[in-house]
Amino acid sequence: MLKVVPEVDVVATRRARWSVAVLTILIGGAGYAAVLPEDRADAMYHSYDGGGLEVTGPSYLIRKGFKDKVSAWSNYYVDSISSASIDVVTTASPYNEQRDEVSAGLDYLHGKTFMGLSFTNSEESDYTANAVRFGISQDFFGDLTTLGVSYARGWDTVRNNSDATFEEDIDRQSYRVDLSQIITRNMVMSLNYEGITDEGYLNNPYRSVRYADQSSDLGYSYQPEVYPRTKTSSAFAMRGRYFLPYRAALSGEVRYYTDTWDVDAYNIEVGYTHPLWERWVIELRYRYYDQSAAEFYSDLFPRQDYQNFLARDKELASFSSHTLGAGITYQFGTGLMPFFKRGEASLFADYLQFDYDDFRDLRDAGAAVGDEPLYEFNSTVLRAYISLWY
Amino acid sequence: MSKLLKHLTLIVLLGTALGGCSSFELKPWVSPYERNHLADPIMSFSRDPIALAYLHHVYQAREGARGAEGGSGGGCGCN
Repeated sequence: MLKVVPEVDVVATRRARWSVAVLTILIGGAGYAAVLPEDRADAMYHSYDGGGLEVTGPSYLIRKGFKDKVSAWSNYYVDSISSASIDVVTTASPYNEQRDEVSAGLDYLHGKTFMGLSFTNSEESDYTANAVRFGISQDFFGDLTTLGVSYARGWDTVRNNSDATFEEDIDRQSYRVDLSQIITRNMVMSLNYEGITDEGYLNNPYRSVRYADQSSDLGYSYQPEVYPRTKTSSAFAMRGRYFLPYRAALSGEVRYYTDTWDVDAYNIEVGYTHPLWERWVIELRYRYYDQSAAEFYSDLFPRQDYQNFLARDKELASFSSHTLGAGITYQFGTGLMPFFKRGEASLFADYLQFDYDDFRDLRDAGAAVGDEPLYEFNSTVLRAYISLWY
Repeated sequence: MSKLLKHLTLIVLLGTALGGCSSFELKPWVSPYERNHLADPIMSFSRDPIALAYLHHVYQAREGARGAEGGSGGGCGCN
């Protein structure tokens, strides 16, 4: 049963965290050779369902090369969001939203040097994000080593559906270094670093924090969250893939993250890719993620305006998550299609479990204030797509 | 910002050290004709770019961490 929380200053629509900046989505690390990607077309249906949030939509990619020097690509992506998540049911009303994202890019290969320039625009009713990225990578050392650097700039505009006069900006910058190295004839590794700086309105204009309030029937009240106007983060990752003697691949990843809001996080991932018969490939993976809370996060502040910065965004809480994923791909050849070289049809399913250490589930109206059960939820992510090479 | 500068300095120093190694005349130890396993699509870090980008999007929406995700050359749709 949902509680009514009259004190909260929110409206029927709330920007989901799904509206993330597009800055890092653009980013590509170099592969382990500076070559132009193959011409291809992809169509994907994606679905996320968990914690009261449903997000579905298509994604289309088309890529075409010219004279082995230039390759142009474009991607159209949609998120159709229907949210009744824990934040929404405890402090606002369920809502529907759509986000449209368009990206386009140009890659250029000159000798062993690969350059890429891309642009992304994301639009929804109360959030606009634009980003430009330029990257360059170079093969060295008998093509065993590829070093890439890239820079991105993003400009976001935050609006509020309940206040037509509200408009705030965010400037974002990203610096990335990618190094990939062939270790043996069966093993390749990569090291990645990315630093990101944000400056501007980093709050969610609809979100609130809760504080203890004896004068309220619930024992607590809400006030709007307040975030710092700057944030700088660094992420380091190491990845590897190993080719097994019977034609299968093992993969591994370790990533560490830290930022100026005192969120420290890491994830580890292992995967296994196994071709079956001639046309099938199955993939399995497991990922563990853990993070600490932001310095100014609290599930329940002792009083109103307790400190200068206030957050109760569960993505800034302390929590861990597990992901189990499986996928299957069917490869089909030229016989069926005169224009295409080959094709693949894939279906991937991921199961995610989130367990929070300091974010409480307020739907339990009987619990004492500050002693509500800790929140946990699970999600299912589906990706179904067809890829054609020509 | 100082944290970021420290990390960048570390990367530059690491790069310089790696560059210095080349003076030892270390030779490539895997020849081009020995890379058939590495060229197999199952060894790609990003076989399906839009599927991978979507997964990054999901994690960025649910987690505090961001950046240094596995990726693909030159943006979307790469090798």
